[in-house]
Amino acid sequence: MTVIESPQAGVAKKADAGIIDCDIHPLPKNGKSLYPFLPKRWQEHSEQFGGHLRQPFINTTQYPRSAPLICRRDAWPPSGGPPGSDLDFMREQHLDPFNVINGILIPLFGNVGSERNLGYAQALAMAHNDWQVAEWLDKDARLRGTLVVSQDDPVAAVKEIERCARDRRFVQIMLAPRSSEPLGRQRYWPIYEAAEAHNLPLGIHSYGVGGHASTGGGWPSFYMEEHYATTMGGPATMSSLVLEGVFERFSKLRVVLVEIGFAWVPSFVWRMDRLWERMRSEVPHLDHPPSYYVKRNFWYTTQPMEEPGGSDDLRRTFDWVGWDRLLFSTDYPHWDQDDPAYAFSIKLTPAERRQICRDNAEQFYRF
Amino acid sequence: MPKHRIAYVKEIPPGSNKVVNIRGREICVFNVGGDFFALLNRCPHEGAKLSRGVVVGLPESKAPGCYKLSRPGEMLRCPWHGWEFDLKTGKSHCDPERMFTKQYKTCVENETAVAERELQAETFPVVVEEATVFVEM
Repeated sequence: MTVIESPQAGVAKKADAGIIDCDIHPLPKNGKSLYPFLPKRWQEHSEQFGGHLRQPFINTTQYPRSAPLICRRDAWPPSGGPPGSDLDFMREQHLDPFNVINGILIPLFGNVGSERNLGYAQALAMAHNDWQVAEWLDKDARLRGTLVVSQDDPVAAVKEIERCARDRRFVQIMLAPRSSEPLGRQRYWPIYEAAEAHNLPLGIHSYGVGGHASTGGGWPSFYMEEHYATTMGGPATMSSLVLEGVFERFSKLRVVLVEIGFAWVPSFVWRMDRLWERMRSEVPHLDHPPSYYVKRNFWYTTQPMEEPGGSDDLRRTFDWVGWDRLLFSTDYPHWDQDDPAYAFSIKLTPAERRQICRDNAEQFYRF
Repeated sequence: MPKHRIAYVKEIPPGSNKVVNIRGREICVFNVGGDFFALLNRCPHEGAKLSRGVVVGLPESKAPGCYKLSRPGEMLRCPWHGWEFDLKTGKSHCDPERMFTKQYKTCVENETAVAERELQAETFPVVVEEATVFVEM
């Protein structure tokens, strides 16, 4: 009789050929972990004033939400610190057993994209990027970074992109979908210009403490509403980017919607196309129906995956969205993370699994 | 069914659990208010270790606004996606027929009983010091 306390491995050891995980959340060990990368002026600001977010209710993002720090209860490192803060433990619990050949870090700490003090936002963005390099990318060759930018200050954001983009380990630029204005607005276009110039996709992750309600109908009562309401930001972001003409101007700009779902895409695109046939003259800057840009410029990560009851419904959804558009993600170490061995409720052929779990991301991120 | 000695009762206080490996399977033994229940230590949903879950009660409601917490300490929430399992049956609350975890029989005996079960040419007095938890498997 032996007592077992090994980290979760599941059957993931069997995961063939390895996966590319397009959504891993690293967390600083504590509030001061970013200080080595933050000028003294902003360290003091952080202690005296802290973040200034677009947030109506003071406790709306306080934890726990389903689980402490919204994390897997088994993801707290034995070394102390919050889940996602210990690279060794991440290797042992996630990267090795799930056979992650490349993992893309998406830092959400501090809600940089929603920070209203633009100087602080810029400093935090720089600190996050330097911290990713020093504490993660330099220490594990499998990991890739996501460029954090102060999106409400596109001039500073572009400066930051120029500073970091030559490090090809940064594979995308992160934007928060609950933005000051819908992301298609021209105020954000300098960011898109830089992204296209550096061939960096936009990673739009469902985070950000919005000044706007998470649903179109106001603020929800329950975390359960909030959790799935993150999907509602998807159509808003997609229609704004498409209808404002972002992809007419930046035809090579690639966008991946992270943790926003994908089953809503087909019906939403059908509606947009139908309206375009009737109201095309309102948006004459579009040379094509909306579906054209959606098919050309958008990708989606898988977690949390829609789980329709019917046995083949998910397969049909993949058909509609496009098998080449789906990038596997776990969302480690959050509570709703997916195990690659169990995430799909339909049977995939080895080729299909490989395409979604690895090949699509390899091409998308140009590994 | 052979019985496998798991632990002294006092090693698994109410609300806690102990993980053991029996014949290659990870089994998690929970103490629910003094009674012991053994589950396969694997969530049938995505495979998380149930031993790392949180033991809670079962909130119930007859109507919006009326809440009652029943069965304190008898439900286990999976450490990942929060599926609730009835520790006494292994069945999930929302989908009990499809989503359940394998359960094993447990019993608590004292060491005298253990000694009595074995074939012995000569018997020796056994001092009963601790009640012990067994899993049948």
